[in-house]
Amino acid sequence: MALRATYRDASGVTVVDISGRITLGEGSALLRKTIRELLDEQRTLILLNLADVDYIDSSGIGELVSAYMGVKNRGGTMKLLQLTKKVHDLLQLTKLFTVFEVYSDENSALRSYR
Amino acid sequence: MAEDSKHLEVTLETQVESVNLAEEMCLRVAEAAGFGEDDCYRIGMSVREGVINAFHYGNEERPEKKIHLTLDLTPEKMIIHVLDEGKGFDLGSVPDPVAEENLLSTSGRGIFLMRAFMDEFKVVPGRTGGAEIIMSKKLPSAGNPATNGESGHGAAPKQEA
Repeated sequence: MALRATYRDASGVTVVDISGRITLGEGSALLRKTIRELLDEQRTLILLNLADVDYIDSSGIGELVSAYMGVKNRGGTMKLLQLTKKVHDLLQLTKLFTVFEVYSDENSALRSYR
Repeated sequence: MAEDSKHLEVTLETQVESVNLAEEMCLRVAEAAGFGEDDCYRIGMSVREGVINAFHYGNEERPEKKIHLTLDLTPEKMIIHVLDEGKGFDLGSVPDPVAEENLLSTSGRGIFLMRAFMDEFKVVPGRTGGAEIIMSKKLPSAGNPATNGESGHGAAPKQEA
């Protein structure tokens, strides 16, 4: 399934709803493009909703790290919301849980930005 | 090759589409061989990572080079070979992606994932002069208790075969 990404405002935070696979090629490229557009619009508080992302490969992981660093370098914060089991396990295996802030519900995630 | 074994070879172009193609092909074989959903996920991911490695690092994304994918299905295990036409590499020189200093690296996790998801994994010099990744997964019927994988995701990567 091709990656899709849309975004919306919620309490001053840009929530990016992503669905599909974040993998080498179009998936990773779309995530990169989306984050770049948000930063260009000075949106630096970003919450990636991965509830509908059931597959990420090493390129996708690299793109998530790149997005995280890109936002951080602009003085912002990027957090993750609602990981599927496969994505959760993958981030645990690669120890990226120690890097990303991950939330299971949107309200808690939004409150954490205040 | 024994009569009850199956052998499949395919030559792939050095292009992004080959990654999905290889994954889909191996998934079909794995499903037909009786692997459970979790093991199919691990096999598919490992094939993806092997072909990404060949595409990007081995063949340096040069379209005139090929990626050689071989599957062997024996009564005991599924064996996958991914051979590139690059210069080869030393597995020992690959940085550990879960070391503190590498956690924010944007690449270099493919080999780690293959090691974690497969039962056996090694890299040898290939006949093309490039690197040949050889990895295998025991068949569920061969007495592997983790066919639907409660182990593995959180398991430490396996040592070289």
